[in-house]
Amino acid sequence: MENILQEIGIDNYIYLATLLFCIGIFGVLYRRNAIVMFMSIEIMLNAVNLLLVAFSTYHQDAAGQVFVFFSMAVAAAEVAVGLAILVAVFRNHNGIDIDNLKNLKG
Amino acid sequence: MDILIAIAGLGIICLVAEIFNLRKAIVPVTVAGLLGVLAFVGAKIFSKNPDILGLGFDKEPYINMIINDKFALSFSALFILLTAFLVALSPEFHKNHKAKLSDFVAIKLFLLTGAIAMISFSNLSMFFLGIEILSISLYILAASNPKDVKSNEAGMKYFLMGAFASGIILFGIALIYGATGSFNMLTINAMDREALPSWYNIGAVMLTIGLMFKIAAVPFHFWAPDVYEGSPALSTATMSTLAKVAAMASFFKLITTLNPHLPGFLTTINIIAVLSMTIGNLMALKQTNVKRMLGFSGISHAGYMLLAFQFRDLTFAQGNLFYYAFAYTLAGIAAFAVVLYVSSSKGNEEVYSFNGLGKTKPLMAAVLTCALLSMAGIPIFSGFFGKMFLFNQVLDKGRMILVVFAVINSIIAVGYYFKLILAMYSKESIENKEDNNTVPFVYSAVAVIAILINIGIGLCPELILQLMR
Repeated sequence: MENILQEIGIDNYIYLATLLFCIGIFGVLYRRNAIVMFMSIEIMLNAVNLLLVAFSTYHQDAAGQVFVFFSMAVAAAEVAVGLAILVAVFRNHNGIDIDNLKNLKG
Repeated sequence: MDILIAIAGLGIICLVAEIFNLRKAIVPVTVAGLLGVLAFVGAKIFSKNPDILGLGFDKEPYINMIINDKFALSFSALFILLTAFLVALSPEFHKNHKAKLSDFVAIKLFLLTGAIAMISFSNLSMFFLGIEILSISLYILAASNPKDVKSNEAGMKYFLMGAFASGIILFGIALIYGATGSFNMLTINAMDREALPSWYNIGAVMLTIGLMFKIAAVPFHFWAPDVYEGSPALSTATMSTLAKVAAMASFFKLITTLNPHLPGFLTTINIIAVLSMTIGNLMALKQTNVKRMLGFSGISHAGYMLLAFQFRDLTFAQGNLFYYAFAYTLAGIAAFAVVLYVSSSKGNEEVYSFNGLGKTKPLMAAVLTCALLSMAGIPIFSGFFGKMFLFNQVLDKGRMILVVFAVINSIIAVGYYFKLILAMYSKESIENKEDNNTVPFVYSAVAVIAILINIGIGLCPELILQLMR
């Protein structure tokens, strides 16, 4: 495992994670479908998980991998609440397009 | 750790009490339990040995996760007090949904555990868990009126923004872990800043951006007014008092412990503080919805609290921040108790609904006036002293220009606070005179107690300031 990490280099892991994170950010900013936005947020969180695991191996320290479990559990709880809100929105608006939510302005 | 266990246990008791048909006991038991925990925290603050119960929670290995210094304990006490007020307000607010009462109370208690975890963290994983528990509870509270289109929208916007901010915070934590190889704040704080790779500073900046979202400071504030307006009024009260101060205090603790050596970092925070004050106040001037107005006012108060980063002596800065937060949140609770009454009796929170309140409900109008004067920073109310201590601290550091901006902004703020006060005292009620619905007892009790504490700490500010020393 260490040899692979040394061969690839920690830098490339950081670039990959940053790339995935940016894909997630642009997904949240530019897509208008709520489910796709949720998926983009998940990509952001998973990019961080990847980075944490890479750093954990790099430092030979298990704490980073334990943190990934926390972050996965939290992400699951978060998305469960998000989907519940989405169901409520769907019942009132008959759709999940974010652009329909325009009642609050000023 | 024992505080967290006690409060989480209280939340579970709430849920179990509903199963055993003890609905009437939920709120009294919870408020009594919270006051008990508050007394326990107070004893911890003042005693030499904080491990009162002898359970060993404050020793190794727990000390790596939770640190019970005076800063954390004082803010925990403030959060517990605020939650006790918010829980006391809930049975009257949810009187049409009695079956859901235990859920709302339990969610508020879990929110409190999150707030305490994120203020007393000594490990970044505890901080992350705390901020997520706080945020997830708030998403539920914001969307807690599923039939209402506005509440849906508020919940959805808050969720998307909050989850986005959490992602950025998490990325910052990962970079800091990568740079230091540890999540422990004490280890990180002891490291040599110059020897760390550049990711460390990038991580600190990303944490800053994520927390700016949570406290709604200006470039990242756009969600706040919409969410404040759309959420049910009690959830708005929770967000604008408890959640804002929790995020602000942990932001302060995080940045002072991480201590990133970046040129221009503090300058950026100052610019953000000035922008938050100015834009928050200017936008609040033209609002007609009181919840939305208080949302913008909350943005400007976040700006004032960001001034605390200009300090010579950390302990003094912590004390000043705590005092300001105490004054602001108690005024907020008092104001929202009145807003809850008006919105339940008139059905909305527009400014014209407050017309004539000074004649029909003089007590409520007086409390709201005091709360708004405290937020505006008029003497004898603690808001004035909070501002004074913060401005003094900034002057002491030699940042004259910041204080000039802050004082100008305090003057602008008087404008919109007096719009509401004028509506209450100088305009006639638009409805017929004989609306004889009495003010529910809890609303007036909470409003009066909160404003009395506010005036009390204004009269003897040393009481609060010395907690940190």
